[in-house]
Amino acid sequence: MSDEPKRKTAKAAKPAKSGTSATSGKTATSQSPKSPATARTSGRTPVGAARGRVDVLKTYKLFIGGKFPRSESGRVYEVTDSEGNWLANAPLSSRKDARDAVAAARKAFGGWSGATAYNRGQILYRVAEMLEGRREQFTAEVAAGEGLSKAAASAQVDAAIDRWVWYAGWSDKIAQVAGGANPVAGPFFNLSTPEPTGVVAVLAPQDSSFLGLASVLAPVVVTGNTALVVPSERAPLPALSLSEVLATSDVPGGVVNVLSGRTREVGSALAAHQDVNALDLAGTSGDPELAKELETAAAENLKRVLRPDEDGTDWSADPGTSRLLAFLETKTVWHPIGV
Amino acid sequence: MSSASTAPASTAAAPASALADVTASDASLRRYLHGLPGVDAVGLEARAATLATRSIKTTAKAYALDLAISMIDLTTLEGADTPGKVRSLCAKGANPDPSDRTTPQVAAICVYSDMAATAKQALAAGGGERIKVASVATAFPSGRAALSVKLADTREAVAAGADEIDMVIDRGAFLAGDYGKVFEEIQAVKDACRRPGGGEPAHLKVIFENGELSTYDNIRRASWLAMLAGADFIKTSTGKVAVNATLPGTLLMLEAVRDFRAATGTQIGVKPAGGIRTAKDAVRYLVVVNETAGPDWLHPDWFRFGASSLLNDLLMQRQKLHTGRYSGPDYVTVD
Repeated sequence: MSDEPKRKTAKAAKPAKSGTSATSGKTATSQSPKSPATARTSGRTPVGAARGRVDVLKTYKLFIGGKFPRSESGRVYEVTDSEGNWLANAPLSSRKDARDAVAAARKAFGGWSGATAYNRGQILYRVAEMLEGRREQFTAEVAAGEGLSKAAASAQVDAAIDRWVWYAGWSDKIAQVAGGANPVAGPFFNLSTPEPTGVVAVLAPQDSSFLGLASVLAPVVVTGNTALVVPSERAPLPALSLSEVLATSDVPGGVVNVLSGRTREVGSALAAHQDVNALDLAGTSGDPELAKELETAAAENLKRVLRPDEDGTDWSADPGTSRLLAFLETKTVWHPIGV
Repeated sequence: MSSASTAPASTAAAPASALADVTASDASLRRYLHGLPGVDAVGLEARAATLATRSIKTTAKAYALDLAISMIDLTTLEGADTPGKVRSLCAKGANPDPSDRTTPQVAAICVYSDMAATAKQALAAGGGERIKVASVATAFPSGRAALSVKLADTREAVAAGADEIDMVIDRGAFLAGDYGKVFEEIQAVKDACRRPGGGEPAHLKVIFENGELSTYDNIRRASWLAMLAGADFIKTSTGKVAVNATLPGTLLMLEAVRDFRAATGTQIGVKPAGGIRTAKDAVRYLVVVNETAGPDWLHPDWFRFGASSLLNDLLMQRQKLHTGRYSGPDYVTVD
């Protein structure tokens, strides 16, 4: 790639901790009049990037409670493409960001779990519509982050959006599969209904930065849980862009919170947090030691824990309902028959 | 305890001798209060904002959290208060965190006067003998009633076993400039705090309702007025209006008690109330106490928080500090 040396320059000149687009933008343009095109975070062809135009680099932010703050710690880390070229700076969350996100998710839980299933389905479908409109951006981010060809990345994005729509459709159907009327030997109606577990911490898959993310996040929120997502450590950009989609598609603030950073650091804080009700360990696949450590911490307040598949998960395969059912509790009501 | 130095010598609380001539007449009282230096509002707020940025961590934080818990006047002042609710509040005050017996008890339970007896009983039965019962009185929260009604309210509360009386001043009279009336009313209530059969008189906390006094100058005047009239504590607010305790307002009152002790030798306590909900807020107040009045005031006898939900946040922070795990609302009582 002819771009490579210039990208490296931008990386070297970038200040260690600031990560603001203004700073990196200035540095990049000072290197060469051609650099605006090359320093683009996503690597896609810039439209109208005329010679000499000042770069508009993107500062990726966290997504907490419907807002886009920087990390409380002020830290960022370098996100590179599959060949090690700098793409962007992503916020490096601290345990205090995790704390704030849990508070936001807890606050959002009442409203989200109390919304009708139909309404939740509609909102998630709206997210899919928005994703469709930003397909180009996601394709570029997935291609750069996972080292895929444009066609392969595009297929991943298609699959992710389809998966999202598929899960959105489950919102008002899961209760019919997981609940129902139970036959009892007495003058009672006996009804079981699934209810959301609560605040769920999701460690998203490391290898599949967008399809994997959609496959673990959608089943958590569609049933009424609120989620704290720790995206793929190496390729967090699709998740951070997804948060922009969520913020503009009627999803109430706090329902999904995105905490990019070190899976171990943020995961440990979330696994130990007493106000988190469940933990999805998909992101620890391939690191059984970390999985064990987090599961041990999660045992303190009896969190539900979904272990990762031992031999990796094929995210393109039909997921079935297991991820939906993992974060549901069954409520059974005995109601006297008025005779 | 302040009672030693401010114990009334006659029916009226004797103002400290250094300022005896100030209270000799309405005119001299007015002259004195209006002669107090004006408050530099910008400077005051800047000072409070600066102190609020102090970072209190590790062992200092542990100390501050425990001190704050021990300074709480755990409060329920609702029309819907039931004896059951008061009893459960007393149980919580006596044993704030059942999972950790090293947690200190709160300073007092603050209730309406008709609940004082219930609270007294519940505390005695539940291991909270050292916890005081504070009762609001004098037509709380508005203070709009005849003096005879206010005094009867106070006497009933004292007779029911209240250790502390939280009175409200007559803001109408104060704002109309009738300082003499406010002064005499505080003295009369102070007198009503004495126990007919002897024994230690109830402590008197005087509530200004800073939110209704509008200006910092008024808060300073009210502070001196109450201290001259024999208050044991000065308290910011009732918690029933839009603006309650603020950090600058509390800082101002702490300056007043500091200066009053320098002038007369009598130490008066301060109680911010209303709107203090997080441990972080409470620690900020403690920093202001330490930096303004000094460490002498860092004791439940001299500084209190009027609060209800603050206790839960302090307990959650305390659990976090001891276990390293963030706690949640599932691990403290619902109230």
